[in-house]
Amino acid sequence: MPSAREMWRMAESSNSVVIQGLTKRFGRFVAVNHINLEVRAGEVFGFLGPNGAGKSTTIRMLCGLLRPTEGSANVAGFDVAQKPEMVRQNIGYMSQKFSLYNDLRVIENIRLFAGLYSVPAGQLQSRIDWVLEMANLKGQERLITATLPGGWKQRLALGCAVLHKPPILFLDEPTSGVDPIARRQFWELIHQMADEGVTVFVTTHYMEEAEYCNRLALIFRGAIVALGSPSELKQNSIRGDLLLVECTPLGEALEILQSVPGVIDAAVFGNALHLVVENAQTAPAQVRSSLAQRKVAVQRIERIRPSLEDVFVALTTIKGAERAA
Amino acid sequence: MSGRRVIVMARKELVQILRDPQSLMIVILMPVILVVLFGYGVNIDLKGLPVFVFDRDGTQQSQDFLKHLQASQYFHVQRVVGNYDALTRGLDNGSAKMGIVIPWNFSQRLRSGGPVQVQALVDATDDNTANILTGYVQGVVQAYSAQVQSQWLSAHGAPLQFAPIAVETRTWYNEDLESSAFIIPGVLALVMSVIGAFLTSLTIAREWERGTMEQLISTPVSAGEIMLGKLLPYFVLGMADTVVCALIAIYWFRVPFRGSFLALMGSSAMFMVVVLSMGFFISVLAKGQFAASQIALITTFLPAFLLSGFLFAIEQMPLPLQWITHVIPARYYVSVLKKIFLKGTPAALLYADLVPLAIFALVLGILATRSFHKRLT
Repeated sequence: MPSAREMWRMAESSNSVVIQGLTKRFGRFVAVNHINLEVRAGEVFGFLGPNGAGKSTTIRMLCGLLRPTEGSANVAGFDVAQKPEMVRQNIGYMSQKFSLYNDLRVIENIRLFAGLYSVPAGQLQSRIDWVLEMANLKGQERLITATLPGGWKQRLALGCAVLHKPPILFLDEPTSGVDPIARRQFWELIHQMADEGVTVFVTTHYMEEAEYCNRLALIFRGAIVALGSPSELKQNSIRGDLLLVECTPLGEALEILQSVPGVIDAAVFGNALHLVVENAQTAPAQVRSSLAQRKVAVQRIERIRPSLEDVFVALTTIKGAERAA
Repeated sequence: MSGRRVIVMARKELVQILRDPQSLMIVILMPVILVVLFGYGVNIDLKGLPVFVFDRDGTQQSQDFLKHLQASQYFHVQRVVGNYDALTRGLDNGSAKMGIVIPWNFSQRLRSGGPVQVQALVDATDDNTANILTGYVQGVVQAYSAQVQSQWLSAHGAPLQFAPIAVETRTWYNEDLESSAFIIPGVLALVMSVIGAFLTSLTIAREWERGTMEQLISTPVSAGEIMLGKLLPYFVLGMADTVVCALIAIYWFRVPFRGSFLALMGSSAMFMVVVLSMGFFISVLAKGQFAASQIALITTFLPAFLLSGFLFAIEQMPLPLQWITHVIPARYYVSVLKKIFLKGTPAALLYADLVPLAIFALVLGILATRSFHKRLT
């Protein structure tokens, strides 16, 4: 029977990132508000939220680039405020904006970061080859970085961040401004790394990207509003059932449906409405009649599985309402 | 401190300088341009100044006086005018720097042994030139009157007399009284201010602006390693430029070089540390390329230009300005440069300048190191 102390240590070691009450204030603005989080070793952990929600601020604190105002964070076993240099030895970081040197050649950027991470001389060539292979940049070593297409740049930045084989990788919106095909390729790389045991902490505001993560935290206005695997979030976060309603005109329908009994929430999704209802069996008839009364043409009503976007909209409306109240 | 990290930083910085046409121009062309500009363009020697003469006497005696004036290399009698108006017009439109009016009774008064006054009208727009001109013209007149006096005395039977006291002048250090020899050594201080402070302030501010600093500080590289790695290439380039400027000064402009080369390199290295530290410190505070470069120019280049004794002698400045020069590091460096080039003062006697310079290097170096943290704000 292991002692409590040993249990604690085991729990520690299986967690790559442990965040407790982490808070960052800029003047009176609270960017990150007392968040708690544990990221397990080897998982792809997604940090999902709109722009300005506090994603980058959190990731910067975890990399030791910003000092937390309150609370603590432990990364790879080291406290980010007390031992930022030890943290940096054990992480790879890709900032939101492309921030390799545009005026250097591909190989010069790689050699620079290999040097900064103190990649042992004996491993240098094999690591460089590995990165060129991984980033699909073989034969392009002599190109000036500025001339690379966006997707290539992202892969090069990822390569430079993992030259020293860090156990934890922080990626801050790694795929923003990259075309969809390059984005998919990039996520394949992320999963490759996770398969090799690397913990990946990735922020994004693309809902479809969040589906690629093992677990997700939804962050809104500096606070975590939901936490779990994508399927857990979809099952547990919405109270009620979800209906898709295709009708015209949308705006009028939205207005009508918000006051129909049995409808909890209504929101526009593309060219249709998503309704959260108390009962998916009885609600369609009620919706049809309410809309027919006001001469709104209904093309289709169907029960659907909620997407992460539905979850997100549902959770943020609740938070918004709480704040307003 | 890891030597390897410093070296990879320095190599990256050097590659960036060599790949940036603007930095390259500043490193390669600017020193040459500055030395040549100050070597040829700024000439405070006054020679062949245009003079208008209104000779109301028109005698052999007055012609003789004018010949003396003309014989001086400082004046060039541009025109002999027939009326006072023409003279003042010449001064007004700048074609004459001085007007000489010889009175109608010039020769008559001299023959009768009486004193006579020659009028000199001087354009004092530039007070410095006016002072020098007045001095020169007084010198010519005094020499001429001594000659007239001895002639008069011998004509009246007195024995030939000699002036009881004569000054025997020897100019030391800058024997040919060339202002270029006085100015050019100081250009080194300007060159180093630009390379050291201006370029450095740009390079670090650029990393903040482009966001590359964020990536850099997320790696295990330490603040000290970043600073050292970034400054090393500029130190080497600055020292190389110093040597180039010194060679142009010595072999092209024939500025004498009498001191030790080692003292030149030693003091230059100290001043380089001063300007690099200032450039680094400024860029850490400013974080924008434009602001950083402006502040760098105002705090290093401008004082090196105006308050270092490079062009304007410190002893002639108003007292409060003289006090201020004591906190201008360039002042000590320019002073050392002039001593090494022109006087050949042995290194051991330069301590009055080298000690303050070393203190500045130390203090500013520490300040720069302390100012930079691996954190975003």
